[in-house]
Amino acid sequence: MAVGQTTKRLSIAESLREAITEEMRRDKSVFCIGEDIGVPGGWGGAFTVTLGLEEEFSDRLLDTPIAELGFFGAAIGAAMMGMRPIADVQYGDFLFLPMDQIVNNAAKMCYMSGGAVKVPLVMRAPIGATGRGSQHAQSMERYFIGVPGLKVVAVSNAYDAKGILKAAVRDDNPVLMFEHKLLYGSKGARAESGAVDATSEIPDEDYAVALDKAKVNREGSQVTILGWLLMHHYAMHAAETLAEEGIDAEVIDVRSLSPFDYETIGESVKKTGRVVIVEEGPITGGVSAELAAGIMERFGESMLAPVKRVASPDVPVPFSPVLENAYRPDPPRIVEAVKNIIQY
Amino acid sequence: MTELVSDIPVENLQAYSQEFLLDLYEQMVRIREFEEGVKYLFLKGSMPGTIHQCQGQEATAVGVCAALQKDDFITSTFRGHGHALAKGLTMEEMLNELYGSTAGCCEGKGGSMHMGNMAKGMIPAIAIVGGGIPMASGMALAFKMKKTSQVVACFFGDGATSEGAFHEGITLAAIWNLPAIFVCENNLYGASTRVDKITQLEKLSDHSCSYGIRGETLDGNDVLGVYEAAARAVDECRSGCGPVLLELLTYRRTGHSRRDACHYQASEEKDFWFKRDPIELLGRALMELDGIDAPQLEDIRDRIVEEFDQLAEAAKNLPEPDMQELTTDVFA
Repeated sequence: MAVGQTTKRLSIAESLREAITEEMRRDKSVFCIGEDIGVPGGWGGAFTVTLGLEEEFSDRLLDTPIAELGFFGAAIGAAMMGMRPIADVQYGDFLFLPMDQIVNNAAKMCYMSGGAVKVPLVMRAPIGATGRGSQHAQSMERYFIGVPGLKVVAVSNAYDAKGILKAAVRDDNPVLMFEHKLLYGSKGARAESGAVDATSEIPDEDYAVALDKAKVNREGSQVTILGWLLMHHYAMHAAETLAEEGIDAEVIDVRSLSPFDYETIGESVKKTGRVVIVEEGPITGGVSAELAAGIMERFGESMLAPVKRVASPDVPVPFSPVLENAYRPDPPRIVEAVKNIIQY
Repeated sequence: MTELVSDIPVENLQAYSQEFLLDLYEQMVRIREFEEGVKYLFLKGSMPGTIHQCQGQEATAVGVCAALQKDDFITSTFRGHGHALAKGLTMEEMLNELYGSTAGCCEGKGGSMHMGNMAKGMIPAIAIVGGGIPMASGMALAFKMKKTSQVVACFFGDGATSEGAFHEGITLAAIWNLPAIFVCENNLYGASTRVDKITQLEKLSDHSCSYGIRGETLDGNDVLGVYEAAARAVDECRSGCGPVLLELLTYRRTGHSRRDACHYQASEEKDFWFKRDPIELLGRALMELDGIDAPQLEDIRDRIVEEFDQLAEAAKNLPEPDMQELTTDVFA
């Protein structure tokens, strides 16, 4: 950030709200479509992201019936006719309803038309375990990273959230953006217990963040810790604990889940030779599995130890707080995993 | 009971020029001969892939599309060859596509179930039953938000009315008054399952009551009746009174897909519908007009068959796509 540039500290919910506002002002074809997002006097969506925007944009915040397959399909159709919709599900778990529209239509339309059609659609989904039970708690990035034609991103802080959402709106392809319920920083009645500070200094000037890049947030030399969303924050905490014990960890926010930024990740892996991937969600068949395979294929010769994954057990998300906490990987488990491979 | 004509009264033709009527006739013949030609190529082993054909259903495609402008859009299904031809795609670009050539309307990347041409107002067809219905509502939403006067006609079959996508897509169009015409081509069968087994309704257009929109059931083999109903619906949509649900009763003279011998269709039912062939219905009425005779109509058919044969031969001999085409156009 340039010296003298004014900034303000915003939460993810606030920075997303700014991104949406600024993009809708900049481009009349941008609109939002989702449940409870624009109701006057309402919540601005389940996590306050569109709070108050209906005053300026009543015609471009479309409140829908509870019909995710329908309104995601409609968003796709509108995008094909030149609009730039931002469609959101109230909980990521609801993405399974419009899955046909996302996977069979949005992702394939450009290819199966021989490049004649573009689908400039942004989709947003809040994920993560937060005491609400197994159907409002999943991390479902894994089901979407293997879909050719679909870009998948995950934002862990307010600066990235604003910049990546802008880049997604401006991209001519379908982009699925995952956000974490514990990182929004929503206030008042919508505050989440167990929330983690994901605020950032946000510059006044317009900026976008590339959709396909990972970010090194802590440089280190002995091990690379890869994570995204909440797990990236926990990885940063774990790195502080490790530093106290003389272990120097490099921590990367993966950010782009499809495609992976193997250039940034590779530079790190070739330097450290040791990788821990931390993911919220069952260990079997997760994003980490694909990332681990990709790292081994590309950088296997640089590896000093096998790739280590820290993830949830293969169970649905339990309700009981003690069990849910055990489900969710935490900084001590990340520290333990690093120690496990540091002497390998 | 919806009236199903056994003859189109010649009085019905009087409002139209011979040029217009002959064009409707020629379009239906083109669809029929295209489909018959493709069927033969397929059975001969010359053509790859699969086909879902629409012989017998020509009047629904031609009648509806005749009421649309070039910049209106349609959405279609896996049984979309007739819609494509009626909307203005050429036999050439479709044959090229069916042979998997980069000279096809989708550069060989789509195939039979994804015919489309954006410049002609047809998005690539959606092969998942009902999948195009919410998309059509979205397209109409874009037209409304951009304040154009465009409308979208969304084709689907009787089987699609069971899908959640039908319900959700039409709900959205209804609550937002979108310029969309939902066209249900009820050919009595969803694949091999008869329509009376999948609904308690007498008329599928009665679904319109669930959405608070206008619904109408009519004879889908009377191309002029279809045209008039579609034109009415288009007018309503352009004046902000959409959407509309049209149910067109018709019949498939061919299998659900390749190699379907249709043993599930009762022979009396087939006889009844084959006697009401949409092309013959219009043809008989046309020949009651001065200046139109059987040889003239035969000539239309012969020209189309000859054109088809030439285009099919050319398509078959086009070069195969380059291997690099495998990985192009994944992203815009």
